[in-house]
Amino acid sequence: MSEYSVEFRGLTKKFGDAVILNNLNFGIHKGKITTILGFSGAGKTTLMKHILGLVEPTEGEVIVLDTVIGSLTELELREFRRNFGMVFQYAALFDFLTSFENVAFPLREFTKMKEDEIKAKVMSLLESVGIAPEAASRLPSELSGGMRKRVGLARGLALDPHIMLYDEPTSGLDPITTHVVYDLMRDTHRKNEYRGFTSIIISHDIHATLKYSDYIVFMEKGRVVEHLDVENFKKSENPVIRRFLEL
Amino acid sequence: MSTKGFLENQITAIGENVLTKVNGLGHFTNFTLKTLYWTFKPPFRIKLLFDQMYFMGNKSVFIIFLTSIFTGAVFAFQIYLGMKAISTDSFIGPIVTIALAKELAPVLSGLVVAGRCGAAMAAQIGSMKVTEQIDALEVMGINSYQYLAVPRILGAMLSMPLLSGIFLLVGYGGSWLIGVKVIQIDEILYTSKISDFMNLGMVVEGLIKATVFGYLIGIIGTYHGFNVTGGAEGVGKGTNMAVVWGMITVLVIDFFLTSFLAKIL
Repeated sequence: MSEYSVEFRGLTKKFGDAVILNNLNFGIHKGKITTILGFSGAGKTTLMKHILGLVEPTEGEVIVLDTVIGSLTELELREFRRNFGMVFQYAALFDFLTSFENVAFPLREFTKMKEDEIKAKVMSLLESVGIAPEAASRLPSELSGGMRKRVGLARGLALDPHIMLYDEPTSGLDPITTHVVYDLMRDTHRKNEYRGFTSIIISHDIHATLKYSDYIVFMEKGRVVEHLDVENFKKSENPVIRRFLEL
Repeated sequence: MSTKGFLENQITAIGENVLTKVNGLGHFTNFTLKTLYWTFKPPFRIKLLFDQMYFMGNKSVFIIFLTSIFTGAVFAFQIYLGMKAISTDSFIGPIVTIALAKELAPVLSGLVVAGRCGAAMAAQIGSMKVTEQIDALEVMGINSYQYLAVPRILGAMLSMPLLSGIFLLVGYGGSWLIGVKVIQIDEILYTSKISDFMNLGMVVEGLIKATVFGYLIGIIGTYHGFNVTGGAEGVGKGTNMAVVWGMITVLVIDFFLTSFLAKIL
């Protein structure tokens, strides 16, 4: 068993002549919170899509939970994706479903749970992310940005994933709600830590990253500039990182 | 700019335009094949199919009713105006009914459904695309073509012959009102002429056309939804393209389908 949940070996991705990811070799520690940090256009989202198997590498391979993603057939990959939970930038809740139905959606799709079991699990998940029972029947359009993120997190957790991915989870939120959401992400991680639960956050919010992460991967122009634990990251002498830290 | 430079620019522009169109055609073909493949792969989403049939079929009945009753009535009246001069107005019944069965019912139902449902498909799927809801489906391991496109395409395919059948019956009713009640053609003469000239093959021809149009409206509507880019403006463009291409395709394919069915029916 590898110490990493996700490992990149010589990963390169090109779109035409543009090199988006350039020979990446690193691992994301199992059971830890790792933030992938960088300026816009650094390749963070493309990297995340490789973890999910949504795009294929031009060169190299991605290994997730000891499985080479490229070796899976399309159907196997779809099955494999149930190891992931994901919170999207703007939550990406299904706008035709209520909060309850959004969280129940993966349970109805992928489990044989009875309706009363689904109801109990969904209400428990909503409660754990701080959504009041009366908000369960609301459509996403009737929720605030912060509430949508919480419902998105509850939906991501529904199938008890091994890896939780957060794509810019606090975009568009005020500073207080940002910290509430980060607290929730950390609490969720700590509750599931015992089973090797790994959290991967894509962000460019340096202050929240320093407060909530265990490890930081700093990317620039498709390359990893630094991959350190938080304490060593703060001490980094790399000029790009220093510039980022002084923001 | 020299003449040579001008010509080079023009040829380059034409070449780029052709390449874009060929690329688009390849993309569309790829989408069509993918949806076809996922149509026959489990899980079969019967509930989603019925939801779509309810939306496309049941919710279109009123507009089909209005369109068909007036089409039948006005067509009967126009035929009467043209034929009364040569005292052949007793042929209004068969002419209108045959035209409805073979052409007007499938084509006008197709135009109504392309406008109403093709637009809705592109708008729904397009807004899901720009708000990452389609990505959310894929990340969960759900094939978005199978979940979103297949039920809509099949729903349109199955709803269209039903709507076309309703169009035919109600359109006949409209023509009967004008022919028998307004123009005062003898009712027995009106109906017996229809049975003299019409046969089941004509109705079948119309239903086949309606099914094909349903498929085309479904595939065009969902394709433009999946290919929306940008934000609200992109959704608007996608919706517009779905309606325009849906309608044009119904009219163009109708011509070729008529030629083909004339040979085999």
